[in-house]
Amino acid sequence: MWTRREILKAFLGLPFLMACDNRSKIENIAGEIVGADVLNGHKILSNPLFEVSNNNRERKTVVIVGGGVSGLSAAWKLKRDGFNDFILLELEPKIGGTSQSGENELTGYPWGAHYLPVPFKENSLLITLLDEMNLIEGRTDEGEVIIKEEFLCRQPEERVFYKGRWYEGLYLHVGENDQDKIDLENFQKEIDFWIDWRDSSAKRAFTLPVANCSEDAFVNELDKISFEDWLRQKGFSSERLFWYCDYACRDDYGLKLHETSAWAGLFYFCSRVRKSGEESQPFITFPEGNGRFVKHFYSKVKENVKLKSLVCEIIPKEDSIEVVYLDISDKKYRLVEAQKVIFSAPIFTAKHIIRDFKENMPSYLKEFEHNAWFVANLFLKDRPKPRFNRDFPLSWDNVIYESPSLGYVCATHQSGIDYGATVFTYYYPMCAEKDGRAKLFSLSWKELTDIILTDLWRAHRDIYSLVERIDIMRWGHAMISPRVGFVRSEALKKAKKPYRGIHFANTDLSGVALFEEAFYHGTRAAEEIWSDLRR
Amino acid sequence: MKKNFIPLLFLNVAIIATCGLIYELLAATVSSYVLGDSITQFSLVIGIYLSAMGVGSWLSGFLEDNLAKRFIEIELAVAIAGGFSAPLLFLVFAHLSYFNLIFYPLVFLIGVLVGLEIPLLMRILKNELDFKKLVARVLALDYVGALVASVLFPIFLVPYMGLNRTSLFFGMMNAAVGLWGTWLLEHLIKPKDLTILRIKGFAVVLVLLTGFIKADSLTALAEDALYADNIIFAKSSPYQRIVITKGKAGYALYLNGNLQFHSFDEYRYHEALVHPAFAAHNGNPQRILILGGGDGLALREVLKYPVKSVILVDLDPVMTHLATHFPALKMLNENSMSDSRVQVINQDAFVWLSETEEEPFDIAIVDFPDPNNFALGKLYTTRFYKLLKSKLKPDATAIIQCTSPLISRKSFWCIVKTLQSSGFFVEPFNVTVPSFGVWGYALVKSEPFEIPTKLKAPTALRFLNEETLKTMFQFSNDTSEPEEEIEINRLNNQILVRYYEDEWQRFEHQ
Repeated sequence: MWTRREILKAFLGLPFLMACDNRSKIENIAGEIVGADVLNGHKILSNPLFEVSNNNRERKTVVIVGGGVSGLSAAWKLKRDGFNDFILLELEPKIGGTSQSGENELTGYPWGAHYLPVPFKENSLLITLLDEMNLIEGRTDEGEVIIKEEFLCRQPEERVFYKGRWYEGLYLHVGENDQDKIDLENFQKEIDFWIDWRDSSAKRAFTLPVANCSEDAFVNELDKISFEDWLRQKGFSSERLFWYCDYACRDDYGLKLHETSAWAGLFYFCSRVRKSGEESQPFITFPEGNGRFVKHFYSKVKENVKLKSLVCEIIPKEDSIEVVYLDISDKKYRLVEAQKVIFSAPIFTAKHIIRDFKENMPSYLKEFEHNAWFVANLFLKDRPKPRFNRDFPLSWDNVIYESPSLGYVCATHQSGIDYGATVFTYYYPMCAEKDGRAKLFSLSWKELTDIILTDLWRAHRDIYSLVERIDIMRWGHAMISPRVGFVRSEALKKAKKPYRGIHFANTDLSGVALFEEAFYHGTRAAEEIWSDLRR
Repeated sequence: MKKNFIPLLFLNVAIIATCGLIYELLAATVSSYVLGDSITQFSLVIGIYLSAMGVGSWLSGFLEDNLAKRFIEIELAVAIAGGFSAPLLFLVFAHLSYFNLIFYPLVFLIGVLVGLEIPLLMRILKNELDFKKLVARVLALDYVGALVASVLFPIFLVPYMGLNRTSLFFGMMNAAVGLWGTWLLEHLIKPKDLTILRIKGFAVVLVLLTGFIKADSLTALAEDALYADNIIFAKSSPYQRIVITKGKAGYALYLNGNLQFHSFDEYRYHEALVHPAFAAHNGNPQRILILGGGDGLALREVLKYPVKSVILVDLDPVMTHLATHFPALKMLNENSMSDSRVQVINQDAFVWLSETEEEPFDIAIVDFPDPNNFALGKLYTTRFYKLLKSKLKPDATAIIQCTSPLISRKSFWCIVKTLQSSGFFVEPFNVTVPSFGVWGYALVKSEPFEIPTKLKAPTALRFLNEETLKTMFQFSNDTSEPEEEIEINRLNNQILVRYYEDEWQRFEHQ
């Protein structure tokens, strides 16, 4: 076991060792570790044989494995196209994967993904979804969608805490020197270059979905070096620029700057800007984050969804595919005989589930690496008092400069609830150390709470007296890691290919974990299957 | 026996007398600030105080021995009761319903204690001087002390020291007299009592001194410097700092240090905020919505019409409670908050509008503080105005306070443009409110309309008449819509807060 000192040092870094010992103040705080069914999820690793009695068999044309955004998008698309003979199997008792959300009497709050940048007009299927959800107010003369004001992230959007004060924005301008200014300006020029760059067939270097990005060698080169090396090669040295880019990598990918592919780093900055000089696409967000999309999908496909269903084995046969799953509610194994399977669980799990892969694992699956995170929802009876009159006020996204956490998002912000009780959603990617996942799962609720509050205490001295409850979700396999070389790897190309009627659909296949990518792969797989079946 | 202590004791008489009258003046002033109606308050306080002094004098007859010791103890008691009287009253005032219950007994108690002082002192001195001289000198000095107090109080103490500090300061004077007495009257006090008395004396001085210093940070004293007039009420609600001041010209309300109204010209502001909406309405408005306006002053104007119901939505229950129960505010808003047609809802108007299932309204009066932060800025966005519009009948009218078109010209026109962009037809107007400056409003409807020319108020108004009504829709060269491009205020840009900050920063000292 670790000492508190060791834990805090590992999770929060040296400066936090100076933090005063507030452990006793945790005694009055309620909470628990929630979510991800680790025990059942890992059952498939140890149990090779599944006996299914005859009356537990059924036939469905399509089985969707996994009820995250990609699986739900596939189901939504099938249903939309008038196809109903499918079942979606989800392990958890709650639908939504890393986009799931919670709710109390005050507000909804996210457990993971929490915003979607407004898509470009080219992403028409995604826009159809937004339209169906009644989020769209109109179109501009250029045909771009205008999202209703109440769904666009409300100002103030971001603030950063640095040496005792909060400042507006994410990039830290205060106290920057000439070199910092020059670096930022030149960095912007680099970004602008890539925003406006087009290949010979007029494809953008970076756009959403990733499938529409140019595959020109000139762009693909970027996947061969880390974002940090790319910055150094370009001659940048500003500490705050490096921080800014590192934050972006940790926030979007759960990776540190030196681990992230430069392709992925630039993708973050370039894919949501129409042309150089323009603002980045605004964010669509809801109190419960992307849980709102999950709710919408679920409202459309609820009758086809079976929760608490652990898919144990997929057995491709000559003219059908058998999907065996454990019904966690009655502990019985069941079998569905299907024509097609959409595999929308994280791709690495295929090696434990698809029979042929179990026996003879395709080497490319090894390259799918996921990072671990924890997300905590802090229930506060009131919001922290500003320490200075001129401190920038509580924003949607609140980032602590010197912290390895990503800070917190205020769930009530979007509803316009500006006083009194609120919920903060705190994000922490385990990218500081190698064995992050093991470390995360070795810690108790109390130890994680200690880390969270010690971190936030630096910015909010009254945090201990305000927090009434902390629930913590540990995501063992939160996001695919776009490490150097992965996005443009052969492994990724191979993994996208259907295997004996099993179509893969997960954001993993884009090399980056994004709603748009999950949606793209889900709907793509649905379309592939639908056109195969009609043939 | 030392004879030279006698002149010093006479000095004490003068000090005691000054203190005594100061407490009386303090009590009367505080109560007239807080409860209004200064004639009644002064009259009652003087009556109760004098009669209590009579009771004190009578009670002194029951004290037989150890007179010097008793005298010093009484001095210390006066020091505590009188010294803390003003801070205590302001504190109690935060819980309005108890004010009278504490106030009159306190005045009586101080009166009794002060009434005990002079008779006791005269009996201590009776062995040193002959009766004729004693009465002449003591009473003369008593009245001189009163004169000093009554001159100092309005000229120096209230304007420069404020009520709390005056109170605590004279408490210390009383305690000093008591403490000094332990030396002057040393020969009349038993040695074992002497030490105890001195310890008590120092303790009292220390407590008052602590109060004097602490009060500076804890109570409203620190704020005194910020306001021209005396603070008569100060309280931090969960939402804002509410301060009410009273000066020669009347009452003023401040929220987070920003003036909300001054009683001497608030009628100009509130008449302009309400009556044009009724004038522009073509029907018979019945259902009225007031957003903000927790002081009840806009409500007062609304209730001049035979309306059926009014819903007033104000964030802060402390504010609406004050407007309902605080005598000075009740007087100003003519008790409008207690009208049976009025329903008060304490909620953020933005949240209320997004959730309410109320039927649409005929008239809306939107009276929020200026958009100086994001929480207020959201109440001036297209989203907010669209929500408002959806809660108005098709022929409804509304008026929105839009800050000053002179000081914050861009902000004013930004609000006007935001209203237009939300689907309203807008007629902006402005009036002069001396304590604010040139002030701007927007009269809006969901359908095209003519600027109203006739007022419909059942009675004559103090400020508005039909000539003024015509001219207030004119804008001068320095308040008209500027040439530069002005953005529309949306939730996702909150541009108005930025305009407003830039414009008002020019007038801040920092």
